[in-house]
Amino acid sequence: MGTPDPYSPPSVAPRPVFEVEGLHIDYATEAGVLHAVRDVSLAVRRHESFGLVGESGSGKSTLAMGAIRYLASNGRVTDGSVRLNGVELLSLAPKELRALWGSRIGVVYQSPLSALNPSIVIGRQLAEVARQHLGMNQSAARERVAEMLTKVAMPDPEAVMKRYPHQLSGGMLQRCVIAMALMTDPSLLVMDEPTTALDVTTQAVVLDLVSELKREFDSAILYITHDLGVITKICDRVGVMYAGEFMEQAPLRELFKAPLHPYTLDLLGCVPHFDPSPQKRSLVTIPGSIPRVDELPPGCIFAPRCTFAEDACRAAPPPLEQRGEDHLSACRRWQIVPPPREHLRAATEALTTAGVAAGDRPTLVEVDDVQVHFKAAHGLLRNRQQRFIRAVDGVSLDVRSGETLGIVGESGSGKTTVARAIIGLTPATGGRISLRGRRLEPSTGRRPRSSLREIQMVFQNPDASLNPTRSVGDAIMRPLTLLSGLSRQAARDKAKALLRAVSLPESYFGRLPHELSGGEKQRVAIARAFAAEPELILCDEPISSLDVSVQGSLMNLLMRLQLEQNTSYVFISHDLSAVQHLSDVIAVVYLGRIMELGDAVRVLTPPFHPYTEALLSAVPLADPDVKQKPIRLSGSVPSAVDVPSGCRFHPRCPRFLGDLCVQHEPPWREGEGDHRISCHIPLHELSRLQAETLVLAAEKGGA
Amino acid sequence: MSDPTVTIEEAITALPAAAARQRPRGWRVYWRRLRRRPAALVGTIIFAVFLFLAACGPWVAPYDYQAQDAKVRLHSPTVAHPFGTDQFGRDVLSRIIVGTRNIFLIGGFGTLVAVVIGTAIGLASGYVGGAGDEVVMRLLDVLLSFPSLLLALVLLSTVGPSNLNLVFVVAVLYIPMVARVVRSMVLDLKSKEFVEAARVRGETRSYILFREILPNSLPPLLVEASMRFSYSIFLVASLGYLGLGVQPPSPDWGLQIYDGRNFLQIAPWTLLFPAGTIAVLVVSTNLMSDGLRQVMLPGGGRN
Repeated sequence: MGTPDPYSPPSVAPRPVFEVEGLHIDYATEAGVLHAVRDVSLAVRRHESFGLVGESGSGKSTLAMGAIRYLASNGRVTDGSVRLNGVELLSLAPKELRALWGSRIGVVYQSPLSALNPSIVIGRQLAEVARQHLGMNQSAARERVAEMLTKVAMPDPEAVMKRYPHQLSGGMLQRCVIAMALMTDPSLLVMDEPTTALDVTTQAVVLDLVSELKREFDSAILYITHDLGVITKICDRVGVMYAGEFMEQAPLRELFKAPLHPYTLDLLGCVPHFDPSPQKRSLVTIPGSIPRVDELPPGCIFAPRCTFAEDACRAAPPPLEQRGEDHLSACRRWQIVPPPREHLRAATEALTTAGVAAGDRPTLVEVDDVQVHFKAAHGLLRNRQQRFIRAVDGVSLDVRSGETLGIVGESGSGKTTVARAIIGLTPATGGRISLRGRRLEPSTGRRPRSSLREIQMVFQNPDASLNPTRSVGDAIMRPLTLLSGLSRQAARDKAKALLRAVSLPESYFGRLPHELSGGEKQRVAIARAFAAEPELILCDEPISSLDVSVQGSLMNLLMRLQLEQNTSYVFISHDLSAVQHLSDVIAVVYLGRIMELGDAVRVLTPPFHPYTEALLSAVPLADPDVKQKPIRLSGSVPSAVDVPSGCRFHPRCPRFLGDLCVQHEPPWREGEGDHRISCHIPLHELSRLQAETLVLAAEKGGA
Repeated sequence: MSDPTVTIEEAITALPAAAARQRPRGWRVYWRRLRRRPAALVGTIIFAVFLFLAACGPWVAPYDYQAQDAKVRLHSPTVAHPFGTDQFGRDVLSRIIVGTRNIFLIGGFGTLVAVVIGTAIGLASGYVGGAGDEVVMRLLDVLLSFPSLLLALVLLSTVGPSNLNLVFVVAVLYIPMVARVVRSMVLDLKSKEFVEAARVRGETRSYILFREILPNSLPPLLVEASMRFSYSIFLVASLGYLGLGVQPPSPDWGLQIYDGRNFLQIAPWTLLFPAGTIAVLVVSTNLMSDGLRQVMLPGGGRN
């Protein structure tokens, strides 16, 4: 309570709309009371958006929900003050509070589908808010809804109002939820990871919308996210949370350019930076893991993981204090925190990889015109003719030995199915897959063990990829005894060596998966994949569900193991920054076809396929200095049952030419090296049009 | 420490700190959760007492269950005969205690056979899928569509009442239910990534079924088995009452109720105590299986 207002008086608004001071939040759990959020303060002004960023377990959602007193039943605000327009929220009666929620405070959650009632049409649900909180009658409310849907750039609002939630795409639903939250022109809008469940392209559209609405509406926005890239698109000020406390608060650009806390510095280093050069670098890793709030170290809570910590840091907790104009940091040694670029160079190492000079490497796996078609379920009465879901529809690519092939595309593009066809889990229905010239059977069950040994897979969901009833050691030993034919003793020794190789202690050998964190499980899955010394490992979004710092260390691990073992990877992700960080060759897929294929450097520099261009414009990069062209794709990937004629990308293509694209399949345009683009526009024309799609900061270092 | 480079070695040395806080293993977690649920705990304790009686009944019972004493026919409860005596002067308590074994043997073996065969059918049907699965499940649906007591009567009147036949009837009745539970578990598990990882390793079908899928279906299977057992107690007692169960002079709870029915007016204890015992055992078994469900399948199980 006694902390002085740390903010310099702003020129626009005399007083912040939303102020949190010295807030403490506890949870009562089976293990006792947890002090989930401790002594946090923040202030958000009108038209401003405050980004709450942190890894899972940092308390960012608890802070936001606790501040508006919307906690789970075992949560309790124990101390502090929260003011909205000067009104103290913590002393309001439940009835007054309910009147405030939904009128002065709007909330947008991660999953739009669960925020809406599936059995009521959109129009009625939104109108209900207007009637409840604005006291409008039926027709006025309907008009208001139509007006709001227009404001959130909803195409054809009248038609959307008549639909049920399941009839709309994720992006459209999230726009409806935003429209609902903004209906009453609230003073505070809390957005809890609103774009995390969406595709990159849809995310970009929603982010554009939010930053536009921020200017138009009088709301202060509290934006919660784990994604440093998203932060740069939306937020004016950013607060970095760690284990329930703020480590640093600063204006966006300053936080990214001159962070004054080692945790922020490390977080920035964990994110792959966009760098279209063949030279690869490792990422910064943060040793250890985020402490549980009931096991906090004395002194600075980040000290045990901090590379700058000294004895005094471990003695007493440093307060969050003003260190520069409008810049707070909870680090004693803030003065010695180096600029991110310097830190990145010092804390990471350059890795030599295949890069452009890879042409002479032997081809390992050849995928030739592969198709995966599924029978579509058809109704009993109508439509008797069998139709097919063309998940993969003629894909050809090569994976060369020791290289990483990145496959990138939106959800529904068929990228995972390509990998599953290579390994035989989803048998290809056409085309040919061969390993070192030998043709592979389409289905895993028919392949000999010797060829099974050579291809392994790391799956997306760490929780499901290990058998919950078998120990870590068992999981790693099994491929050793089965595929490599080792004795149990030899397998045990090798499994322990593998645990060390994936940076886990040997004591994990006897553990069961539920005793491991998500990142640790994924390390075990990687160890298991490497156990039989395969030639190729398929990585299906192996890091997508993990925290930023864990993602960074896993990417380092994958790169290090590749260098040691000369293993090839197929790395599948919707995250273009991760793909560009790891890959030597990139394939951009859309609706079961490759749109662009080539060395990473060539794919990431003009000329681009228009789809690649759109993906590049949409990916949120954790660097406020990179300028991206505002190219946005509307809608989502169409159904693979009704594939559009001609170029299958034409309905969404920002560079659509006309009948040519509708009627004819585009030719392959061959560029330098193996670079190929499937487009009707000639390469030199694409180069000319796209010269400035991605403008990197002038002083780009690194390579 | 001024060098901000973090090497892999440093990362490893930092790890044991995190490794030190080990979370308790599966069964210990179950036990800890069970202790928090008084109802389930009471159910489990009562069940354990019955289990003890089933094992050691003849030695614990105060009287020989067949010993007739003409002096105390239809005697109301006293200190010597806490549950009273029946029309032959036999001690009701002793007959209940000794009768426990029959119930447990028939219900227990019947459930066991149902679980073993049901699991086999569920595993095979669920994992293979396709038309075979469809046929098997529809056949089981046919069995399920009969009221269970009616089906039991039909079966027993064909094969004749005997302990072995009772086991057979209990098994036939409960196979479809167990098979359905196991099948739904298999359908859920077989698309899990650890099963796909096993396929990619080239594991055989039986390895995948018995080493990857079955161990993970055990908790729901155990819950299902305990439910089936509690139903089977009821079923066996009902059949005994209808005269198709255990034959006299064996001490059977259902039979005791049937006999006591004639003396309801003058000696209600001959009927009420066996009936009450059935109720207590069924309720406690149910409490236990509910507890098992909450403890082993947090977040809601099936049924």
